Amino acid sequence: MDQVISLTLKVWRQNGPDDAGAFQTYQAEGISQDASFLEMLDIVNERLIEEGTEPITFESDCREGICGTCGLMINGKAHGPELGTATCQLHMRKFNDGDHITIEPWRAVSFPVIKDLAVERTPLDLIIEAGGYISVPTGSAPDANLTPVPKEAADMAFDAAACIGCGACVAACPNSAAQLFTSAKLNHLNLLPQGQAERWQRAENMVETMEMYFGTCTNHGECHEACPKEISLDFIAFMNRDYVKAKIKNRKLAGQR
Amino acid sequence: MIGSLDSNTPEGDIQGLWEQHKFDMKLVNPNNKRKFTVIVVGTGLAGASAAASMAELGYNVKAFTFHDSPRRAHSIAAQGGINAAKNYQNDGDSVYRLFYDTVKGGDYRSRESNVHRLAEVSVNIIDQATAQGVPFARDYGGLLDNRSFGGAQVSRTFYARGQTGQQLLLGAYSALMRQVDAGTVELHTRSEMLDLVTENDRAVGIITRDVLTGEITSHGAHAVVLATGGYGNVYYLSTNAMMCNATAAWRAHRKGALFANPCYTQIHPTCIPASDEFQSKLTLMSESLRNDGRIWVPKAFDDERPARDIPEGERDYYLERKYPAFGNLVPRDVASRNAKTVVDEGRGVGPLKNGVYLDFSDAIARDGEDTIRAKYGNLFQMYERITGEDPYKVPMRIYPATHYTMGGLWVDYHLMSNLPGLFVIGEANFSDHGANRLGASALMQGLADGYFVLPYTIGNFLADKLAEPVPDTAGVAFVEANQGVQQQIDHWLNVNGTKSVDYYHRELGKLVWNYIGMARNKNGLEKAISEITALEEEFRANVRVLGSADGLNQSLEKVQRVADFFELGRLMARDALTREESCGGHFREESQTEEGEALRDDDNYSHAAAWEWTGEGNEPIRHIEELQFDYVALTQRSYK
Ligand SMILES: Cc1cc2nc3c(=O)[nH]c(=O)nc-3n(C[C@H](O)[C@H](O)[C@H](O)COP(=O)(O)OP(=O)(O)OC[C@H]3O[C@@H](n4cnc5c(N)ncnc54)[C@H](O)[C@@H]3O)c2cc1C
Ligand code: SF4
Repeated sequence: MDQVISLTLKVWRQNGPDDAGAFQTYQAEGISQDASFLEMLDIVNERLIEEGTEPITFESDCREGICGTCGLMINGKAHGPELGTATCQLHMRKFNDGDHITIEPWRAVSFPVIKDLAVERTPLDLIIEAGGYISVPTGSAPDANLTPVPKEAADMAFDAAACIGCGACVAACPNSAAQLFTSAKLNHLNLLPQGQAERWQRAENMVETMEMYFGTCTNHGECHEACPKEISLDFIAFMNRDYVKAKIKNRKLAGQR
Repeated sequence: MIGSLDSNTPEGDIQGLWEQHKFDMKLVNPNNKRKFTVIVVGTGLAGASAAASMAELGYNVKAFTFHDSPRRAHSIAAQGGINAAKNYQNDGDSVYRLFYDTVKGGDYRSRESNVHRLAEVSVNIIDQATAQGVPFARDYGGLLDNRSFGGAQVSRTFYARGQTGQQLLLGAYSALMRQVDAGTVELHTRSEMLDLVTENDRAVGIITRDVLTGEITSHGAHAVVLATGGYGNVYYLSTNAMMCNATAAWRAHRKGALFANPCYTQIHPTCIPASDEFQSKLTLMSESLRNDGRIWVPKAFDDERPARDIPEGERDYYLERKYPAFGNLVPRDVASRNAKTVVDEGRGVGPLKNGVYLDFSDAIARDGEDTIRAKYGNLFQMYERITGEDPYKVPMRIYPATHYTMGGLWVDYHLMSNLPGLFVIGEANFSDHGANRLGASALMQGLADGYFVLPYTIGNFLADKLAEPVPDTAGVAFVEANQGVQQQIDHWLNVNGTKSVDYYHRELGKLVWNYIGMARNKNGLEKAISEITALEEEFRANVRVLGSADGLNQSLEKVQRVADFFELGRLMARDALTREESCGGHFREESQTEEGEALRDDDNYSHAAAWEWTGEGNEPIRHIEELQFDYVALTQRSYK
């Protein structure tokens, strides 16, 4: 049904964190347009192994756009050309015979390259560790229907909670800022009644941890363009508002202690 | 040698059993909990919930995952929902009904006491998750919404758009990270467990490899918990995430843990068919689509016409024809087997003739495109993204794929394996689903085990071990296991063969799928054993793993997983061969009713089969745990 195409790939190869790294060019001949982008790389790797060359390292797991493991810069765009689509969901029918494709890892200071196209994204977990939770020890929860949550609040919290933690927003940002990720995580909890008790502390802790690792947001909006879950920029505004309020409230709270 | 398998289920009426047992079990005093170190391997729903809950209680927890973050575990991909006997809809649900449905759905091959406990604690899971901020669907009054799922007659499934797994895992992960922040959990990401360490048949620790540096480390603990997920990727193509594997469970098996019911695997009927040889995984399309889509194939063999050109009278709506009462909504295994039959006959559709149609044109004509879009819009979009076809215009193509594994390491009522100190939770154990799992029950089981069962039962095990120090990793058992792992790695890097790991994994997957897939028979299973063995020999002699051991090397990680899949695949065949009955996901062609339905043999096979490893090249030993049904009446299923 679909066509078979051939491509020229320019792929970033870097043999370990301390290696300087360089682009290598590979021909990807006879690729079915039914293949996904990552399956195309699987095929290239299979051929490299046959030739005795170490395959290209790239990460992926669910290949359904939900685990957030995959993520490549494809022709300079985080997750490639298709809006609202993670790398693993991109298919080769979006490309044409003879295309040249440049493939790079996420580029951000706080995401060091491990090898080839794989990077380490630990600071995202550190932001969660700093306060991305509601303190409710196992067994201490009241009946789930005790607190009704207005549907609008629930839906909005969900829109934020849809973030898959892929880091494309950071990779796409000229400043390597993590505002979109952090605001998604923060608002998921801060918009819900359950999240109110720790709201201000959470805002302060998460934002300040973010600032320790990532750059400053200068409102480019590239993050939203790259985001596979199309997380709204409004959440960044909400986060900024909560953070400013938090600074005042937390000072007051401290004074009461 | 292992004696008879005792489930250690306490005596008494099932309805108050768990409450009473919680009272009877030994406790560890709060100040003493920190003297115990517990290792948890796996941080998916089961592992993250267990690690967080035990740390809150005061245990010293060390958690391990080979992922870069706990949030990436395969649990993240679950779409449909999670069951709980809340009866919020007032439609007659109860703990007892959920218990009954689960035992029946498992085709009477699970342990009643475990399942009842699962149904009891299901209600607490929803409370816990909601309090953590899991955004379950709500109605306009702000209360939680439910839907019915997988043929259940009550609405007991809680859901969070199409991402119930992600939202529940984010809840468990946030609880875990709170404990990491508090310093009560030591989190080891990118650490793969490659062996279990035992001393005098008791689990005392694990050996891990740091996948970024290649460093091999020994870790000792008073107890080890495996929460490492299922083994569906033995089929190569499945709906599981690419990295799902059986290595942790299998290495524990080789150290003496019994592996139960490996032949119980679940094939999900509605997945997108493979498009070519290089297909890397299969994508599940939600089961809910069968509520409105009609399944059909052409009546004629090798009909090349596009779907729309095939007149109504030349279509075979085979499920509606064979099962007028249930039609397209027959259970998963029945729908899957019937799809296989028509495709094997040569009536499959699509370029590779490997699918059946799931057609929405009647539903669109009846309800309008907008209604269908509102119900299934995101699924249709996902389908189009993958196949390039628009399901509003042409029927979807679907085919069954491996989805879940009911088998796993054998555990008793306390979720402890036959090796003292080794606990197994979540999909990695064999416990609650019998021969078939109901939709939306895996998330429930993983979280039940992790939040509400293990934190109690582990205390009972640890209570009398206060005087015992953390096992010393300088001990002989640790040193030997550590060296064994090192030797294995050196071995694989030195084979220098000609074919990739993926090549062998694909070939193995074909054997397992063809012989131990949707329908099994004696002849095929015997062939499976010999052909898997022959392929394994070639794999061991001819696989090519490039690169080195002292940094990230994905081929090296994979080769060890595939090696374990070979051994597991063979055990699946043995298990299927010795179970000469059909039950749930295990269909033996020799054992069917006149109507072609699965026929159980309760007189001879009302037991769990748990296999003991006896060394490479040796026949494993089959142990059994007799199942006793005091509450649920055994019946033969019929969907006519
Ligand atoms: C596509 C799909 C949809 C599904 N939808 C539903 C649904 O709607 N409802 C439902 O109830 N169920 C569903 N299921 C099933 C359910 O998602 C799984 O059974 C469940 O999430 C398994 O959870 P777990 O915690 O046991 O394992 P997993 O989530 O698989 O976690 C395993 C963990 O172990 C770690 N690990 C494994 N091996 C090692 C090792 N050797 N060393 C270190 N770490 C290791 C991994 O890193 C990971 O953290 C679905 C499954 C699939 C495939
Ligand atoms: S906000 Fe979007 S781009 Fe950023 S991590 Fe979340 S899903 Fe990825």
